[in-house]
Amino acid sequence: MDVTLLSRIQFALTIAFHYLYPPLSIGLGVALVVMEGLYLKTRLPIYQQMTRFWVRVFGLTFALGVATGIVMEFEFGTNWAAYSRFVGDVFGSALAAEGIFAFFLESGFLALLLFGWDKVGPGLHFFSTVMVCLGAHFSAIWIVVANSWMQTPAGFRLAEHGLGRRAEVTDFWAMVFNPSTVERLTHTVLGAWQAGAFLVISVSAYYLLKGTFEDFARRSLRVGVGLALVASLGSLATGHLSAEGVSRHQPPKLAAMVAHFPVSAPADLYLFGWVDEPGGKVHGMAVPGMLSWILHGDASAPVAGLRAFAPEDRPAVQVVFQSYHLMVAVGMTLIGLAAAGAFYTWRREVSPPAWLLRLFVASVLGPQIANQAGWMVAEVGRQPWIVYNLMRTSEGISRSVSAGAVVFSLVLFTLVYVLLFALFLYLLDAKIKHGPLSGDLAASPKRA
Amino acid sequence: MSIDLNTVWFLLVGALLAGYAVLDGFDLGVGILHLFVDRDEDRRVFINAIGPVWDGNEVWLVTGGGALFAAFPPVYAGVFSGFYPAMILLLFALIFRAVAIEFRSKQPMLWWRRAWDVSFSVASFLGSFLMGVAFGNVIRGIRLDAGGEYIGGFIALLNPYALLTGLTTVALFAMHGAIYLVLKTEGGIQATVRGWVNNAIIVFVICYAATTMATLLYLPHMGQAFKASPWLFALPVATMLAIANVPREIFRGREWRAFLSSCATVFGLMALVGFGMFPDLVRGVDPSTSLSVYNAASSPGTLKTMLVIAGIGIPLVLAYTVSIYWIFRGKVKLDAMSY
Repeated sequence: MDVTLLSRIQFALTIAFHYLYPPLSIGLGVALVVMEGLYLKTRLPIYQQMTRFWVRVFGLTFALGVATGIVMEFEFGTNWAAYSRFVGDVFGSALAAEGIFAFFLESGFLALLLFGWDKVGPGLHFFSTVMVCLGAHFSAIWIVVANSWMQTPAGFRLAEHGLGRRAEVTDFWAMVFNPSTVERLTHTVLGAWQAGAFLVISVSAYYLLKGTFEDFARRSLRVGVGLALVASLGSLATGHLSAEGVSRHQPPKLAAMVAHFPVSAPADLYLFGWVDEPGGKVHGMAVPGMLSWILHGDASAPVAGLRAFAPEDRPAVQVVFQSYHLMVAVGMTLIGLAAAGAFYTWRREVSPPAWLLRLFVASVLGPQIANQAGWMVAEVGRQPWIVYNLMRTSEGISRSVSAGAVVFSLVLFTLVYVLLFALFLYLLDAKIKHGPLSGDLAASPKRA
Repeated sequence: MSIDLNTVWFLLVGALLAGYAVLDGFDLGVGILHLFVDRDEDRRVFINAIGPVWDGNEVWLVTGGGALFAAFPPVYAGVFSGFYPAMILLLFALIFRAVAIEFRSKQPMLWWRRAWDVSFSVASFLGSFLMGVAFGNVIRGIRLDAGGEYIGGFIALLNPYALLTGLTTVALFAMHGAIYLVLKTEGGIQATVRGWVNNAIIVFVICYAATTMATLLYLPHMGQAFKASPWLFALPVATMLAIANVPREIFRGREWRAFLSSCATVFGLMALVGFGMFPDLVRGVDPSTSLSVYNAASSPGTLKTMLVIAGIGIPLVLAYTVSIYWIFRGKVKLDAMSY
């Protein structure tokens, strides 16, 4: 296999594994702010117990996020040296800003969040929780800015430099708010909120099914459902905006998402299907004219299809199509689950039925699947470009790294990440089985 | 004397990496020393001594890497891809260090704890060593082509000079970690750690002397700045005085001052490297291929924008760092939320 493909596989593996954790940190961060805020408002010990339990889960996911995150920052340099030289001006700035604005904030206040219960008063502890949550969001902002620039580059010019051609920033704010930043950022963050919310829902439903920690579980469930409903509906709205943005700025990606082949014709929307790429058609069930209607409010409006673009400029259609449909299907299911949860939360006297609780337990997988599938759409859909229309992925690799070296690292990453994932699940399961500590109900934080 | 923008970024990236060496240096040092104590409680004290701060300390490396990427992309790209196998091993060292701290005390089984103790210690040792080797190569000079691509091969990285700087880094961090542990422990374990400090200083001074001799003999370019401005010799002298001050402060029971002296030593050594290297960031075997602050910088516009970002960010970072260290000052006390 060639170095480009190996490096792509390695990047996909390391980012997919890393991306299990940051969404949990972002989403749980919001849930923690709500829980600890409720504690400060009501002073009910149960909210303190909830906060402490979820902080422990947060600590575990955060540690995995840190351990796997540093890989990402190094990997641009190790495997994508030519890319790094080309985009350092732009992409490096965003990464440096992420470090200085997000990671320092997060890691500093995380120490107080985890270990500061007896060192600072409840007000300052709550402040730390808010700061950690904010830091996690800042991190999302800068990394999505950097990634969005790769999708829709703006605010730069191409310049010859002693060591080769590169993109130089001419307008910092145009680079930051490039055409896809806002819709992609909001969509990503809401997806992360879903990840945190459905973890809370899943664990709470598990306790309710087992009949343990019931007060804890009911209150946690309420927080989780509230967040899940907002995030799931928001994901639908921002997802729609994203798709519109893609249709304007990256038409080959949109054509691949829906497997629309004609050069210019009214487009159907397949609910599901299998793409016959050589034949240029899809076997499945479609709503006629639906895509044209969604994009242009007119079912007969023409949409540019894959054949409008040279074969070497098209992404892998099957992967993008299936990932997109998986994401949408899971997203719709999550809206349904959040709505069902909201119904029972609203009617407090009725407990959710056991079948729904069982679905809730499984629902933790939903946002993870949808988030991963969404990234696949975004990144595979951008191919064959590493920076859309500016640099091909094959031009971005490190020339000094051999295929053998990448095989070596890829094998190691695979082994180590399988081990880490097993350990993470084992420890998370132990924490959940152990449940909230009764000591946390009685613990009285230091008065400021 | 006016300083240009490129030089400012040399200083800023240098300050971030020096901050990393000073701060994460003691975390790595604690890890290197971890297996020298046997009792579970003592090992927990070691881990919790760095518990609230190690993660923030590692951010100095992440931000230093990001700043290098932003300000000097060819250096980031050339070194990270050129040293590929070493960089990958460094990543695994950092991964295992992080998860060992997090996982170790989560389960009571003896085999579980032993396994993570070994991971923690080996990862800390390996991480320190690899960073020292990388630094040694950048100082000594590597083979680069005209495009800034490394062409020397992996084995060439394991030259005697780089191995020596690797060992010196391990000795430096072990010494720094031991002094930090004196500050954070009490009772019997503190007496043990206190006993290590003098030995650690001796080992480090021997390594340091050997590295200095090798540098002066084989790498004359590193001495140019000092020949040109002899007042710079104050820096190595001050560094040696800072080391000598450590046993004195510990003897008098002024642990904070001992630790600050050790920090000054680490910082002084990084400054020495910086003065020796400037204006190069990576020395080429053929000096015309060296990557310097001038031929390897980002556009002036980006350097300016980044300076604004640094100007806003660095005061905030210093404020968090000082506050966290202040809140978590004093001896380690194990409780229910500890590692």
